[in-house]
Amino acid sequence: MSAASGKLIKGATGDWETVIGLEVHAQVTSNSKLFSGASTEFGGEPNSHVSLVDAAMPGMLPVINEECVRQAVRTGLGLNAKINLRSVFDRKNYFYPDSPQGYQISQYLSPVVGEGEVMLELDGGRTATVGIERLHLEQDAGKLLHDRSPSLTCVDLNRCGVALMEIVSKPDIRDAEQAKAYVTKLRSILRYLGTCDGDMEKGSLRADVNVSVRRAGATELGTRCEIKNMNSISFIGDAIEHEARRQIEIIEDGGTIDQETRLYDPGKGETRSMRSKEEAHDYRYFPDPDLLPLEFSEAFVAGIKAGLPELPDQKKARFIAEFGLSPYDASVLVAERESADFYETVLAGLADKARDGKLAANWVINELFGRLNKEGRDITGSPVSSEQLSAIVDLIGEGTISGKIAKDLFEIVWTEGGDPRALVETRGMKQVTDLGAIEKVVDEIIAANPDKVAQARARPQLAGWFVGQVMKSSGGKANPQTVNDLLKSKLGI
Amino acid sequence: MSVDAATVRRIARLARIAVTDDEVPHLQGELNAMLAFVEQLSEVDVDGVEPMTSVTPMEMKKRADVVNDGEIADDIVRNAPATDDHFFLVPKVVE
Repeated sequence: MSAASGKLIKGATGDWETVIGLEVHAQVTSNSKLFSGASTEFGGEPNSHVSLVDAAMPGMLPVINEECVRQAVRTGLGLNAKINLRSVFDRKNYFYPDSPQGYQISQYLSPVVGEGEVMLELDGGRTATVGIERLHLEQDAGKLLHDRSPSLTCVDLNRCGVALMEIVSKPDIRDAEQAKAYVTKLRSILRYLGTCDGDMEKGSLRADVNVSVRRAGATELGTRCEIKNMNSISFIGDAIEHEARRQIEIIEDGGTIDQETRLYDPGKGETRSMRSKEEAHDYRYFPDPDLLPLEFSEAFVAGIKAGLPELPDQKKARFIAEFGLSPYDASVLVAERESADFYETVLAGLADKARDGKLAANWVINELFGRLNKEGRDITGSPVSSEQLSAIVDLIGEGTISGKIAKDLFEIVWTEGGDPRALVETRGMKQVTDLGAIEKVVDEIIAANPDKVAQARARPQLAGWFVGQVMKSSGGKANPQTVNDLLKSKLGI
Repeated sequence: MSVDAATVRRIARLARIAVTDDEVPHLQGELNAMLAFVEQLSEVDVDGVEPMTSVTPMEMKKRADVVNDGEIADDIVRNAPATDDHFFLVPKVVE
């Protein structure tokens, strides 16, 4: 796998390349936990979503949630990855109050999903492919609260045992921009698939970022540091830049990088060492004797594959092929599942999709998204429904209103609501295509302005003034093409 | 395979078991005896043999994705030495 080249960082002694790999932890969308029947719902009273299995009471045995397995397979298929029909759960041993078991049930040597890949689109139309090393299922840990008491830590096990997918990339990422594009794309794929809600604020998606640097042109990897628990895409970018510069400075000053775990402090804009994690790296993995190997058939995988939704890359290609959208517009529409769904509902409501699909895209992106952005709203809170937007686009497409009037109509629908077609009737916004009516206006204006007529005959580009006058006196409702044609023949230019 | 005294102390530390220096030689002897016993298995040639996970062919049992457990916070924290508002309380651990 050859990685796309990234932005080099200038050091005191030359250029440096950053090499990045990510481990993304994505919370599986499911009703109950990976190995128990307790709820996965966010929040809840302390220790209310906890079963005796999650609390690791003696004698309790884990039983796997089949939907979590399906979700992992679904995600693997969405990442074009190899699905392993047999995988094994292992115990990853560590001692910490967030895990009453004293170990995390995870997958070590035999993950449920093997190698795959994710396509990235970067600025300027460049693309990059990032290899996926593996995806495995594992348990989330409980939550520790340190601020309720000066001397004690409160432990809430509500998250303990919730299914996570750990998605490990290959070290194919070469700068902060690519890393951000990777997480953005991965999040989008997960949300399309419905396997993870991607809510980074609630911790449904978080990433450990492995960063190392090497001189431009070098082929050996440098020593890496792992920045733990990043839950914001922009912080991931910032942390990579800071960490790469820190490493370059150390090496250029003659030092060496210690392989270690670090935390990013967004307030200070620096990473710092988490020494306490050093010793814990000895996880003493071994197969979990409580769980048989996870096995399923080709038919099980095929059944899931048959039910996969259309993913962003496929959708984008279809929008371009069917409706002639530009690659950029298509990317904007497919980036978020909600946006793509909205556009598709607008399309479904159009009288002539083939004719007006591209026009509809322009209206969704420029008018609707533009307006939503300006007011800090997202598509789910749009005051203009897809039906209303379809109607507006229909009205333009069939020539009932001009694009300019459509903007006024959009404004009315946005602020007052209502059926666009009825509004056009009641408020007299219809485009005038009646030749006689327009001709009358044209004649009046020509008669009233003999001096301008003479000027326009001498310099035809001045005819624009007449177009403006006719449009003004028709309230913008005259069909501009008709006005133009009429003026040309009347003025003899 | 055998363990030295330092390894014994490390294993104990990882498992959070308090082991005094006096106990180390005894534990080291016991662990090494166990390891030597298990070591006999390496005499068997298992090249190409699939690891056996069960003596009878069994499939892993799976559960439907329904919430049918939890909402028993009282029970969950009942045995805890210290609790507050259904939280477990432990000595302060901060990164």
